Amino acid sequence: MPEVKVLTRHLGAEGLTTLAGYERVGGYQALKKALTMGPEAIFAEVKASGLRGRGGAGFPTATKWSFLPQGVFPRYLCVNADESEPGCFKDRYLLEEFPHQLLEGVMICAYALQVSHAFIYIRGEYRAQRELLDKAVAEAYQAGFAGQGILGQDWNCELIVHGGAGAYICGEETAMLDSLEGLRGQPRLKPPFPAIKGLYGQPTVVNNVETLSNLPYIISEGGAKYAAMGTESSPGSRLFCVSGHVERPGNYEIAMGRTTFRELLEMAGGVWRGRGIKAMQPGGGSMQILGPQHLDLAIDFKAVADAGSALGAGALVIMDETTCLVNVSMRLVDFYEHESCGKCVPCREGTYFESELMHRLEAGLASTAELATLADICANMDGRCFCLLGDTATWFVMSAYKMFPEEFQRHCGAGHCPVRAELERVA
Amino acid sequence: MTEASTVSQGGIPVLDAATRARIQRSKELYPSARSAVLPALWAVQDQLGFLVPEGLAEVAVELGLEPSEVEAVSTFYSMYFQHQPGRHLIQVCRNVSCGLRGSDDLLRHLETSLGVEDGETTEDGVFTLEGTVECLGGCGGAPMMQVDRYSYENLDAEKADQILADVRARPAPSSGAATDA
Repeated sequence: MPEVKVLTRHLGAEGLTTLAGYERVGGYQALKKALTMGPEAIFAEVKASGLRGRGGAGFPTATKWSFLPQGVFPRYLCVNADESEPGCFKDRYLLEEFPHQLLEGVMICAYALQVSHAFIYIRGEYRAQRELLDKAVAEAYQAGFAGQGILGQDWNCELIVHGGAGAYICGEETAMLDSLEGLRGQPRLKPPFPAIKGLYGQPTVVNNVETLSNLPYIISEGGAKYAAMGTESSPGSRLFCVSGHVERPGNYEIAMGRTTFRELLEMAGGVWRGRGIKAMQPGGGSMQILGPQHLDLAIDFKAVADAGSALGAGALVIMDETTCLVNVSMRLVDFYEHESCGKCVPCREGTYFESELMHRLEAGLASTAELATLADICANMDGRCFCLLGDTATWFVMSAYKMFPEEFQRHCGAGHCPVRAELERVA
Repeated sequence: MTEASTVSQGGIPVLDAATRARIQRSKELYPSARSAVLPALWAVQDQLGFLVPEGLAEVAVELGLEPSEVEAVSTFYSMYFQHQPGRHLIQVCRNVSCGLRGSDDLLRHLETSLGVEDGETTEDGVFTLEGTVECLGGCGGAPMMQVDRYSYENLDAEKADQILADVRARPAPSSGAATDA
């Protein structure tokens, strides 16, 4: 089986959300080991692990850390728990099941980078998860894993949980920094990158929940062992969220690069109701559509990029043969329109017109000529927006149009959604 | 929850001691006082149900900011209320994964059974229904909704009705937010 266990290796152990339960399975031993290794040796292990960021961009973690300028303090760590990519629910799962594993990873990173404060930015909608996290943080302080004189050593680091208040854009790392500084969460111009000038103008690393949750394993078992689970271009394991038209939606941990989409789909029980698959989205709401012809692709950064999409935040959404791709596109465009922060014109105006057009298209009220307008709007957004939000607001709809042009054309002037009408005729 | 009618005018503080203490704790937590704006707004909303202007002004004083700066932040984030919402907030996720598994039907059902449309509050003030929200991260249990920011998953009409009947019997959640959200 392609399923492996790094992040989920303790799943099922009793009381895992408590410090006592986590310590029973060896919790915080990796942090203790890390303190004996020192920052440089930790960095070397993370580099050897080949760990790539799990928040969406897939940037090598050790490389990101290496951008911090030497000798500039204070430095900060921001943990991105603002998970809100459509189709994504893995960070939530890690927070619910393994909060201390995350905190151990956060403190290992905090020590390696010698930061004075580690902030965990958790979205406001994750209230139950926030309550668990607050408890875990209080326990970590009490046990001397955070605060002043950590584990009896001359090392201080505060661990602060910061709640968002409903803004997808705050998952973008520079918008997150503005939000943490008490501003409207809008992205900053780069460069300077956060590693040089981040939170409060100081060197800052922003890492995702899943990325950091891997660190206890990497430190205790060694980076090479972690890397070997996957392939050279896609080292290690990864938690994949599978949702949509499958029998058993959920989170599945897989060996990167060695697992195909078909195998992952089988782990989730296959397409529901015995139906066939029409399309899938491999990396969350922002990523381009793939078809059934891509099922035997390896879940590998390069293989998926070559097929014209990306693994994004690790979310596979399956759409069965009854799905209307115009409807799905409309939903995603609505989402981006709702979440556009308003800072730049191509995104703010583009998502508005995109959404307005998609609603008329789905209702069968748009003309064929307007399909060209849709393509034109998207072309004026992709690559022209201040941050990726506006670019990605076009990727799904344009890739769906390219893969299913006749489905978009059939909607034009139909006066209704032809896909739904057909379904209703059959039923 | 404090009723809107008791919210004072003319310089009398609207924030109670507990809320002010929460704001003070947040202020001390961060390297910069301004970082406490979001936690402070949560504290105001937990006490008063929504962000009354007098409350924003008091936050500004506590954090050494202009009221306009605090207001600018408050209007950016969708979870802060500018008007009194119902006692309980229902949010139905209709993003891709939920949409594929029947969230439109779920929202239509709730609109009918509660007698309100997306974004409205029931006449008795018990529920506010929102069907235009971010992906709520419950794709694995689609279709799903949140009530007062807690998730309820794998829903159908019957299950949703039962949950809302249980919630209706509960007191308002605002003061129950013990965490500095």
